[in-house]
Amino acid sequence: MNTKSNNSEGQEQFLHELEFQLESNAEADSVALSGDTLRSKIIYLFSGTVILAAWWLVYENLLTFSRFLTYHILQLSEGTHFGATVEFFIFEVPKVLLLLTLIVFFVGIIRSYFTPERTRRILAGNRESVGHVLAGALGVVTPFCSCSAVPLFMGFLTAGVPLGVTFSFLVSAPMVNEVALVLLFGLFGWKVAGLYTATGLFIALVTGVIIGRLHMERYLEDWVLELTADKSRTGQISMEEDDLSWKERIQFGIDAVKDIVLKVWPYVTIGIAVGAGIHGFVPENFLAGIMGKEAWWAVPVAVLIGVPMYSNAAGVIPVVQALLSKGAAFGTVLAFMMAVIAISTPEAIILRKVLKPRLIAVFIGVVTIGIILVGYLFNMVL
Amino acid sequence: MKVEVLGVGCAKCHKLEELVKEIVQKNSIDAEVIKVEDIKVFGQYGVFMTPALVVDGQVKVAGKIPKEAEILKWLSA
Repeated sequence: MNTKSNNSEGQEQFLHELEFQLESNAEADSVALSGDTLRSKIIYLFSGTVILAAWWLVYENLLTFSRFLTYHILQLSEGTHFGATVEFFIFEVPKVLLLLTLIVFFVGIIRSYFTPERTRRILAGNRESVGHVLAGALGVVTPFCSCSAVPLFMGFLTAGVPLGVTFSFLVSAPMVNEVALVLLFGLFGWKVAGLYTATGLFIALVTGVIIGRLHMERYLEDWVLELTADKSRTGQISMEEDDLSWKERIQFGIDAVKDIVLKVWPYVTIGIAVGAGIHGFVPENFLAGIMGKEAWWAVPVAVLIGVPMYSNAAGVIPVVQALLSKGAAFGTVLAFMMAVIAISTPEAIILRKVLKPRLIAVFIGVVTIGIILVGYLFNMVL
Repeated sequence: MKVEVLGVGCAKCHKLEELVKEIVQKNSIDAEVIKVEDIKVFGQYGVFMTPALVVDGQVKVAGKIPKEAEILKWLSA
């Protein structure tokens, strides 16, 4: 913080302190606030508050709105099956999208503090045990497609991050993220969202620890080993450190919303349409026999089908909805979802350029077993 | 001038490639735009965030799609 405003009373001071804390939490250096006048700050703060209030107002009144639209404007009669389906759809789609927008915006801002450079420094500069936990947590706030996680994984290795820790990151990055969290929360409640996140992180940690213990460094491709050994490169890699002003960080959040929400909304809409539509039109327990809790083999089969498939969290949501509403067990479906997101054939192909087959096999094996166990766990507790 | 776009299959990588090609064409810049998918090359450039833009062997940006004006500046330098 390098601006000390003349006006150092109450709220303004508090804001400065708050920002200061945020900055130092992210071990930020001084942020260029010099260009931002106090006035523009107040304008931003004011419009931010207004937007938040508007968001809240819309969110709170969605149910009323969806009922009004369904039964008064569309003139569907209350109590009919079709009416209920339409009401559900009109309520759920904006609800999930609103949640998504809000969370993605804030995660975008948080993300602006974790440049790859800083992330690598955090991971390289800690003890291995701490590293696993940090890597898993950082996986949550870093990009969610496994295709961009692999180059990053390589960057971590080059920076001297232990192999196991990088694997914790590699597992957590695509699987545990804000989009999965919001979708699960919006559609199935906080319990499912929480359980998914916690077990996802757990699998990431365990995978990392196991691979670390097995000391599999020699199963990295030779050129990667050379790159890792060549310490002279480490410094050269760094792009100029991003010292963003808070305006730029807000822009970062807005960009994240544009990027992610625009990409994800069709899946969300389809997912909810499937959930709304199928609900009563397909026999409730259509899948219960083959994917219900009684079928002990359902979890491994679902996971084995899911592993080679490639999609992000949003893409599987329609499938998850469809399976669930046809009577499949929760654990089976969530394990399927995890398997689809966590590993995929394209990812394995990219990884093959960096890892030797044996290490890939261990990686996929450990993650698969982890997900299967989580599937059984979900089936037991939900 | 040799312009390389580094990226493996992510949506942003395609977008950057298209953007760069468009800029090159619109301003009739004498540049060859190549999409690099070999992750080994990423390592050589020290690029670990995709997409990345490399102009004549120099990494200009990594991990995001830069603004059109920025790209133009790098390409016309």
